Amino acid sequence: MALLLTGAIQLGMIYALMAMGVYVTFRILNVADLTVEGSFTLGVAVSAVVAAKGHPILALVAAILTGAVAGLVTGILHTKVKIQTILAGILTMTALYTINLAIMGGRANISLFASETVLSLIEKVTKLSVGTVRSIVTIGVTLLVFAFLSAFFKTKFGLKIRATGDNEEMVRASSINASVTKCAGLMLGNACVALSGAMLSQYQKSADVNIGAGMVVVGLASVIIGEAIIGKRSVILGIFSVIVGSVAYQIIIAIALKVNLLPAYGLKLISALIVAISLALPVARAEIKKVRRSKNV
Amino acid sequence: MSDTILKLCNVTKVFHPNTVNENKAIDNLSFELKKGDFVTVLGSNGSGKSTMFNLIAGSLLADSGQIYLEGENITLVSDYIRAKKIGRIFQDPMKGTSPSLTIEENLSLAYARKSKSKIFAINKADREAFVELLSKLDLGLENRLKTKIGLLSGGQRQAVTLLMSTIADPSLLLLDEHTAALDPNTAVKILDITKELVEYSKTSTMMITHDINAALSIGNRTIMMDAGRIILDISGEERENMTVDALLKLYSKESKKQLANDRMLFSAGGLGEDE
Repeated sequence: MALLLTGAIQLGMIYALMAMGVYVTFRILNVADLTVEGSFTLGVAVSAVVAAKGHPILALVAAILTGAVAGLVTGILHTKVKIQTILAGILTMTALYTINLAIMGGRANISLFASETVLSLIEKVTKLSVGTVRSIVTIGVTLLVFAFLSAFFKTKFGLKIRATGDNEEMVRASSINASVTKCAGLMLGNACVALSGAMLSQYQKSADVNIGAGMVVVGLASVIIGEAIIGKRSVILGIFSVIVGSVAYQIIIAIALKVNLLPAYGLKLISALIVAISLALPVARAEIKKVRRSKNV
Repeated sequence: MSDTILKLCNVTKVFHPNTVNENKAIDNLSFELKKGDFVTVLGSNGSGKSTMFNLIAGSLLADSGQIYLEGENITLVSDYIRAKKIGRIFQDPMKGTSPSLTIEENLSLAYARKSKSKIFAINKADREAFVELLSKLDLGLENRLKTKIGLLSGGQRQAVTLLMSTIADPSLLLLDEHTAALDPNTAVKILDITKELVEYSKTSTMMITHDINAALSIGNRTIMMDAGRIILDISGEERENMTVDALLKLYSKESKKQLANDRMLFSAGGLGEDE
């Protein structure tokens, strides 16, 4: 059970990177960005290919940069070509499927078992056990990104991005170029998502071209669960809640699989149910309140 | 001519041209605003007041004619670039501020060019400046810097919006019926704050209003619009001697309309109405 929990926390930390990216676009920028499904796999693919060449650290940097480019493409499709954000994201995601396959040399799977990863590098340097290194690295990278995002959204530019998601008309009237802030937000979000994919591929020592499917729902589930636990009083608390939500989500899934509540292929259904139920909760609460009041009258 | 802030030369804007709905919203309009002027703009619904503001701010582009701001031709400049020099406040108090940002974060968006802080949005000196500015509003907001704007009332939000517009030091401030959505007492309070802030910052200002009393008592010049043209332009002694009644008579004579048909009259006593 302890092993199960440790694994769930490590995975939760890796997916938290993706969920923080979803938080940036979904909550801060206020757009439903489906690029995530493609940019996550992009991170997986880029990281696997570059790590297989023997550069696991460069692989993470490359994943961040390519993820940002994917976000930029969606941003340009939305702000310059005036395509709705959902459709713009779907277009980029669809295009990325081909691009991801091309990056992986036309193969649907890549194995990294013979290659060096960030984790194995640190194992060698620190001489710590495999499990300890995995925990330290996954938690460390996620906290690093959390610290960066928290500071970033307090900067002048970060504030402009937040205002864009809040009141775009006011942002334009304040002589801020909303196209730039939107693109920047999408780039930042998808860079986080791609880094998450990159970490996962080195953690699992494999890459699969279909791994990104359903990733938006996992991200949303983490955002919603986190907000239910921690709340969303400030941006920093909001971003932090996503990490908690992601870990909680992975623990729920791990336990559900462990007690054979469902077969492994039932995962996506459960994810969708968690999101749908969490979104239904406030509506249900209001309805129940109304029914109770009508009885008292 | 160097003291001219804004100049409109033969500006025309037609909506739905060449259809049955063709509407000449602005008809060959020429207008000049001197530095430091505070002009109040009157006119019935559909007379072209808001369209004129939209053309000046760049939300709409003129079909013909030229618009100059401080001598620079801005006829085809994008709205967000003009916004560096033109501040604008709308009737809807929700439009001017960002609800999930705090009061200090909203102010810092407007303060960005003056702030000494290089990277982070707000530093200690900024905060002190905000407290001083907010205390001028006399609404107790100076103690609530970290409150989210969305939690404030419409009047409080409009007051903060006014403050944001003036601290950005615009060359021109456009007030588009900015008190019309507020209750009468709050509207008076916001008008007082407007007067005070404009006097303090010496910003050249244009204010659309349906309140003829306010139009005559605030500022130093009053224009009246009808059918996309300026039909009355008074300042100085002529304006000081003008009464609400005389203005209404003049209005009916100049626009050759029946007084009773004009909805503007019903709001002449105080409250504005929606455009």
